[in-house]
Amino acid sequence: MRKVLLAGLAAGLVLAACGNDEDRSSGTPATITLVAYDSFPTKDTPLNEALAVFTADTGIAVNIVTAGDAGTMVAKAVLTAGNPEGDVMWGVDNTLLSAATEGKVFEGQPSEVDFGDVCVNYDIAWFADRGVEPPTTMDDLLLPEYKDLLVVQNPATSSPGLAFLMATIAHTGEASWQQFWTDLRANGVEVVDSWDSAYYERFSGAAGSAGDKPLVVSYGSSPPAEVVFADPPRDDAPTGVVGATCFRQIEYAGVLRGTKHPDEAAQLTAFLLSEPFQKELPLTLFVYPANPSVTLPEVFTKFAVVPTNPFTFDPETIAANRQQWQDQWTEIVLR
Amino acid sequence: MLAASDITVRFGERTVLDCVSLEVASGEVVALLGPSGVGKSTLLRVVAGLLTADSGTVSLDGRDVTMLPSHRRNIGLVFQDEQLFPHLTVAENVGFGLRMQRVGRTEISARVQDLLQLVGLEALANLHVTKLSGGEAKRVALARSLAPRPAVLLLDEPLTGLDRELHDRLAADLATVLRTTGTTALLVTHDIDEATTIADRIERL
Amino acid sequence: MDRDRAALNRRPWWLVPALAAAPVAGLALFYLWPLATLLARVVQPGSVSDALGAPGLARVMWFTFWQALVSTTMTMVIGFAPAYLMARFRFRGRAALLAMVTVPFMLPTVVVGAAFLALLPASWHGTARAVIVAHVFFNIAVVVRLVGAMWAVLPTDLTAAARTLGATPSQVLRFIVLPLLRPALWAASTVVFLFTFTSFGAVKLLGGAANPTLEVEIARRATQLGDVDGAAVLSLLQLVILGAVVWWSSRWQRRASLHLAGDGAARVARSRHERRFVAITGALTASVMVIPLVVLVSRSFRLGGAWSLNAWRTLGSSEVRPGVSLGVDPLASLLTSLRFAVVAALISVVIGGLASLAIGAAGRHGSLLDVGLMLPLGTSAVTIGLGMLITFDTAPFDWRARWWLIPLGHALVATPFVVRALLPVLRSIPADQRAAAATLGASPLRAWLAVDVRRVALPLAASAGLAAAISLGEFGATTFLTRAGRETMPIAIGRLLGRAGEIPRAQGFALATILLATCGLIIGAVSGAVRPDGRVHARSK
Repeated sequence: MRKVLLAGLAAGLVLAACGNDEDRSSGTPATITLVAYDSFPTKDTPLNEALAVFTADTGIAVNIVTAGDAGTMVAKAVLTAGNPEGDVMWGVDNTLLSAATEGKVFEGQPSEVDFGDVCVNYDIAWFADRGVEPPTTMDDLLLPEYKDLLVVQNPATSSPGLAFLMATIAHTGEASWQQFWTDLRANGVEVVDSWDSAYYERFSGAAGSAGDKPLVVSYGSSPPAEVVFADPPRDDAPTGVVGATCFRQIEYAGVLRGTKHPDEAAQLTAFLLSEPFQKELPLTLFVYPANPSVTLPEVFTKFAVVPTNPFTFDPETIAANRQQWQDQWTEIVLR
Repeated sequence: MLAASDITVRFGERTVLDCVSLEVASGEVVALLGPSGVGKSTLLRVVAGLLTADSGTVSLDGRDVTMLPSHRRNIGLVFQDEQLFPHLTVAENVGFGLRMQRVGRTEISARVQDLLQLVGLEALANLHVTKLSGGEAKRVALARSLAPRPAVLLLDEPLTGLDRELHDRLAADLATVLRTTGTTALLVTHDIDEATTIADRIERL
Repeated sequence: MDRDRAALNRRPWWLVPALAAAPVAGLALFYLWPLATLLARVVQPGSVSDALGAPGLARVMWFTFWQALVSTTMTMVIGFAPAYLMARFRFRGRAALLAMVTVPFMLPTVVVGAAFLALLPASWHGTARAVIVAHVFFNIAVVVRLVGAMWAVLPTDLTAAARTLGATPSQVLRFIVLPLLRPALWAASTVVFLFTFTSFGAVKLLGGAANPTLEVEIARRATQLGDVDGAAVLSLLQLVILGAVVWWSSRWQRRASLHLAGDGAARVARSRHERRFVAITGALTASVMVIPLVVLVSRSFRLGGAWSLNAWRTLGSSEVRPGVSLGVDPLASLLTSLRFAVVAALISVVIGGLASLAIGAAGRHGSLLDVGLMLPLGTSAVTIGLGMLITFDTAPFDWRARWWLIPLGHALVATPFVVRALLPVLRSIPADQRAAAATLGASPLRAWLAVDVRRVALPLAASAGLAAAISLGEFGATTFLTRAGRETMPIAIGRLLGRAGEIPRAQGFALATILLATCGLIIGAVSGAVRPDGRVHARSK
């Protein structure tokens, strides 16, 4: 009797498991999946409301899946290329694009969706309270007064992490960047896997964060977020940007190769580039929209820092050296 | 001289030995006779220091050794089932006690030779003990216990499990060895013929 | 006589092939083919030199060996006294203590990793010593079981004889006990070394990015850097090393085990010395085994230095901060894990059962299938997962999205255990039982059904529990095959514990507590019927 029950239970669970197979191509409305990095909101923000409008207009529901920062996301996409976890991917940046292209992740060419500058941010109040000047150059980060104050992201898992690594390489030169990081490690740099974790869990200047580090690799456009989410409200930015540490980052989105919903995916991609969606980017993701017809909100233009001369690398250099740089960085900083 | 006085041993409810006393004079071989289960082996273990009595004393040449651990009593014990060390050769077994006393290698070697000759097993020195026959094993056990020159040698039914002919032969050999070496010995057995052959005096428990 | 019996009472010729068909097909398709794919990947020109030339590989290899050696040594040393205690003494609470020692061994590695993250101070996180401590905790059971089993049959009179020959207690240990325990010491060391060498969950959680072993590095290369070729090379390198270690160790172990005659039975502690030893060793062992798990549970209830149910209350949502998701729903992962466990257990039990019956029915010829089915046991879970990932990625075999691929991977890991549990039961059936059935009118096939199949029914059910527990805790292979929306509990726990915030950490501990409880329940229910040394009690009706 017990065996019969057990068999029945097993059969029932098996059937339940079957019901969860990914192929949901039968029937309308279709649901497609957008794969993004972990700081992309899955609900409740204006960005998600814009997507809801898309769903209302086209009948295509959008399910958002996140798993980590962009590096982790791209690596997973490479492993699942041809049989992807989603239909559209958002957030591959110029530092990781070569990895995605080599791994044949996209169907066709991805489109540019936003851009920004990856820079070191600092907590103004923290430095003011202690009477210390915040750093102004890349080399300042090696000074003893900034010991144990900086949080960076792992360039193997995070796109701003990789962008910052490239900034340091551009700054010191391809021959001597290793020494910079050896010195930075000696000066007590903390490494975290994702930007979201670094900014919102380790950075002291982020709203709602319990972190204690006043220096973090983030964006030139991060200070507006601190103004927008300040409680009580304020009219000055509590965080600043070290302009000399910036690296120009461009993010892309595209249809994943092997998607079962190519038409719907193409529709979503088009929407991601359209004005109704792009205009929500500045105050949700705090990046600059690629669509030139978007008017930037005042708080954004007022407080975002645009560096005069951000570092940059051409795609060929990135493609040729990325993996090697990541490996060497891991050796120098983590091991 | 060995003296056990008023040894009492209780296992839970059961009293195995009740105020037992025994004396063995220097160079004397005493046989302790009695049916199985009467506590003979238990008494041996108390004397050897393997078991703590509930009351009573054991003394050696006037010295009270009751509280002394086995390895400091210099009292040897030949076990009923030999208990040869299975990972060692015959020579290594016999020389074990001397090795524990940190005697030098050449001296050990010489003494082992002597003892093996005494029990008639010189040829088997390098054989692993697992390959010995029953009678050979008992000889090795005897040689092993004698090697460190114990003050007293205890023998727990040393000739059990042998066929009649081998048994009688070994009994005679054992008697000779004990007399030749002048060992003070206490032998436990249930076989009265064996006791008569080997011992100078018989006690009953 | 054997010949006559064989001719007249031979089972139908098609029985063994019919039984072995599914297991052999499964093995070939899901283990051998992936292994071949890995090899093919490696054999490409340039990939080997690229991978072997990667910076830091030497350090990874050195660390893998070093931590395995240190873990093994410390486990052997620390496990020695408990082994002696369990082998030689009877005392109140002995069964409970044995369970306390054995259960951690069968727990998922993520749970043990989480427990030590909870227990050890922050300065220990991401260090080699944290990894080693967790490894010792895990593997003490191996020493207690293997060395204890042998020690238990070491005749007490042997040590007594040594003492009457003047050996001090330490001399007894050195010259008598240790040499005689040597086969068990070797066996235990080898097992612990292999387990710690291929350890994944504990190293990943406790060693952090700074202390990867080969296994963790293989996973990192493939899932973080997208360097599948490099990962493949490292996998095969690891296989070669493991094979060499096993071969070398078995040469040393080849000494015939000595026949130890005599009474080694456990007894109650008598002297005050002994009673003190039993009490202290027992208490220390129990504490060491239980405290990490207790701390794990309690830390899930602490936030900001105060007691709080917050982590548990928010376990159903995957929100990290308003609008932003962790990417995995912790409670959904619980359901996924349970579903997968049922399927994996079903597959393991069917395939394992068929295989055991086939091996049993095949007699002498069964050893090939036996060895073949043990191969996944010797291959690290990470290698199995990687192999499956790169094999089933092109049509018509593109099964990466199939829901059953992960449970299948779990079944691959669990089936050898099922076979190991069932074979002794089959082999213990006296031939006369089948003969008796024959004289009562049963054809050879009927006799086989009535005797062999019936005998394994109960142990089979018990093995299902074992397979389910293995599936619930599987981490290495799942890391490769996991897909969005179908994460298992270990994956979710790893994700939660990878964040830097306090709440995700506490949630990770909470989820790990759930996994601990689930596995503990299954292990407890099963252990009445299955002994961890592989043999199965058939419970009497």
